Amino acid sequence: MRRSVIGEGRGRAALRRAVAALLVALAAGCATPNGDPRDPLEGFNRAMFGFNEAFDEAIGKPVATAYRDVLPEPLRAWVRNFFANIADLFIGVNNLLQGKPLDAVTDWARFAFNTTFGLFGIHDFASVMGFEKHDEDFGQTFGRWGVPDGAYIVWPILGPSTVRDSVGLVFDIGLDPVRRHEPRDARNFMVVLRAVGRRADLLDASRILEEAALDKYVFQRDAYLQRRRSLIHDGNPPRAGRALPQAEAASPAFGRAASLLEEPAAGARAPEPRTAAEGSLAARLASAP
Amino acid sequence: MRPRPASLAAFGWLALVAIASVQEPLPPDVLVKNVTLEVVDIVRSDRDIQAGDRRKVIGLVETKVVPHFNFEAMTASAVGRHWAKATPEQRARLTEEFRTLLVRTYASSIAAYRDQRFEFRPLRAKPTDTDVTVTVRILQKSAEPIELQYDMEKRPTGWKVWDVRIAGISLVANYRSEFDQQVREGGIEGLIRALAAKNRALERGAGAVAEKKS
Repeated sequence: MRRSVIGEGRGRAALRRAVAALLVALAAGCATPNGDPRDPLEGFNRAMFGFNEAFDEAIGKPVATAYRDVLPEPLRAWVRNFFANIADLFIGVNNLLQGKPLDAVTDWARFAFNTTFGLFGIHDFASVMGFEKHDEDFGQTFGRWGVPDGAYIVWPILGPSTVRDSVGLVFDIGLDPVRRHEPRDARNFMVVLRAVGRRADLLDASRILEEAALDKYVFQRDAYLQRRRSLIHDGNPPRAGRALPQAEAASPAFGRAASLLEEPAAGARAPEPRTAAEGSLAARLASAP
Repeated sequence: MRPRPASLAAFGWLALVAIASVQEPLPPDVLVKNVTLEVVDIVRSDRDIQAGDRRKVIGLVETKVVPHFNFEAMTASAVGRHWAKATPEQRARLTEEFRTLLVRTYASSIAAYRDQRFEFRPLRAKPTDTDVTVTVRILQKSAEPIELQYDMEKRPTGWKVWDVRIAGISLVANYRSEFDQQVREGGIEGLIRALAAKNRALERGAGAVAEKKS
């Protein structure tokens, strides 16, 4: 208990600092000369990042830590599985939209199986049986269709995003079965429970991020952009110097879309030293029947 | 027909000489698998590490993992275009500081290990390749698997890792913007100072973290 009280006091101070930082940033305008071309809104984004950090310090981390300390892992796994199961529905939809009907069928089979035999999804028997879970959303679908990232944006509470992923997020949230659930009290409880569970699962990862980064804002931004690029390509973004892994798994229909996305992740300022063979991937995808 | 002990010994000696003279290093995928399983086995069974002894994890990384990494190549790649401006002495200091930071981060990741299972993917490479990617998948419950990819290069001393990609995030690429920013603000010396300060702060915090965890 004592720790959470201390956390609250420190959090309030941090929150005040964040609001002050936000005002300063807005007053100074968002101009950031010398900045990263992928991040024209850096001034605004840094202010939002500061706010999110303060919010996390004051509420996110303490609540997630308490959740992890109070609830034993088997129960947390039920919560995790329950929401992961609901998410499989629209992961399937997105796989279909990305031209991966087999993956979509796997997602829906997972949903059907886990909802029934897995008791409303609290058990993930489908994974045990070898039906692997996927990670898809509308932002990735648009990326697959060839929509570029657009500027990097940090939203309050929601965190890192891009223009494209923000539009995707509108669909993700608008169609979210949990947020459409009635009555409202049950819905709010579920939305909060899901968020707390997610934050609790990331406690270790966020501590490692904190340790690894010189400038946490830059580290998080670059990690987000790299991760999204990897997800859009299902773990195989174009990259040189090696045999092409699973290029045949990519749907030929999206070959041109994929080749549009080949701008090196590091941007013009710091060219990736291994981009030479990207052209060959584009050629191969484009020439696929 | 029973072989005499002397001839057996001679055969054994010949075999040893043959192995030593060929000096074919362990294939990269076998190396990654061996090291991963060995480290995980130690983390799982060591009581001190289970209790949150960070120094012991760092020691484990130093002895088992570090020999298979090419830190100079990692540092050069992360520093990018500024590497050419650095003197040999600065390069050595940069490598040393970056190495310390990476070892610590690696140790933290290992300490966060919770009974996940590993799946070692078959190597997609020709026997003549000298630059390969070894993929290890971490299978976890109710979440998609995390892919760990080790970019490795064949060196005279064996296969060495020059980048690690976690869920598609290249460690080296991720440091590039950070390093670039530091160099533009304070030159190469500024970057070395920033890294050293970061390492000192982590060193001070290590005891506190270990206490909080237990």
